[in-house]
Amino acid sequence: MMVFAALRLGNGDGMNQGDQKTGAFEYLTTRKDELIGWARKFSIFPYPFVTACCAMEFMSVSSTLYDTDRFGAALPRFSPRQSDLLMVVGTITHKQAPILKKVYEQMCEPKWVMAFGVCATSGGFYQNYAALQGIDKIIPVDVYIPGCPPRPESVIDGIMQLQDRIAGSKHPIINETF
Amino acid sequence: MNQELLERVRTRLVSEGREPEFAHGLLALSLPRPALLDTVRLLKGEFGFDLFLDVTAVDWPGRDPRFDVVFHFYSTRDHVRVRLKTAVPENDPVVDSLVPLFGSAAFMERECHDMYGIEFRGNADLRPILLYEGFQGHPLRKDYPKEREQPLVRYRK
Repeated sequence: MMVFAALRLGNGDGMNQGDQKTGAFEYLTTRKDELIGWARKFSIFPYPFVTACCAMEFMSVSSTLYDTDRFGAALPRFSPRQSDLLMVVGTITHKQAPILKKVYEQMCEPKWVMAFGVCATSGGFYQNYAALQGIDKIIPVDVYIPGCPPRPESVIDGIMQLQDRIAGSKHPIINETF
Repeated sequence: MNQELLERVRTRLVSEGREPEFAHGLLALSLPRPALLDTVRLLKGEFGFDLFLDVTAVDWPGRDPRFDVVFHFYSTRDHVRVRLKTAVPENDPVVDSLVPLFGSAAFMERECHDMYGIEFRGNADLRPILLYEGFQGHPLRKDYPKEREQPLVRYRK
């Protein structure tokens, strides 16, 4: 019944009036966001942008013992166009920064960014002419994982926090409100 | 360690303002700039130092001449090393390129040119190799500020 009401409202000229009366539209939107969030949080296709020694820890966390496949985040896509999660693993230099920016821009929405390790997060101990002091200077970051390198447990914690964030956020699929 | 060979090299080279001495088991040799190419040719031809290991520079702020350019050579036959050092002033940081003798010198001289601004006369290609086009200054000089960044991408906000 509620679905029917919402669909009628959606088809009609104004969504607002009926909406305010019943709350049906909000209800449907919430359920829709929940459903899509649930689906998306278990199908994070990562793009590993690996530049430095953190790669070793990335290999460790994605293979058998720690197994990020449990979170649906194991299948690396080596094309930014197919991936949802940009994992920036390692130091980003100023010379590398334009490439990272381009890769980020090539990813389709929805997309998330993980700063893996202290160098990607803040530049780490590289406070010099060469290193970018944190990738959030050039692209927005959703989850930061500290450590040099981070332990696999920290990475898994980061992935789970990102999952919570995905599950709890809005997922517009038609326009900004729905 | 072939001490006897190094001793022979030392006695052969001690002339024309060159000052050979032993440091940490290798022969270290300070020499005036014009003698560089001849000395290297001699080391390569006569004593078999066939591997060019590295060229770098040392910045001594306040000293005149300000820079030392340092070369390392290795003999794959006798397993010994030789270090050459030559001083260059700040307003004329030029030394002869070793590209005619060692092809591998080309990239190492480019790096040294990046980091210290030493010019290598005879190296036709001194484009940036580790740095990027448009980088101002030479980051391994002591007067390059530690915090100075030259980003290629505009920062957010």
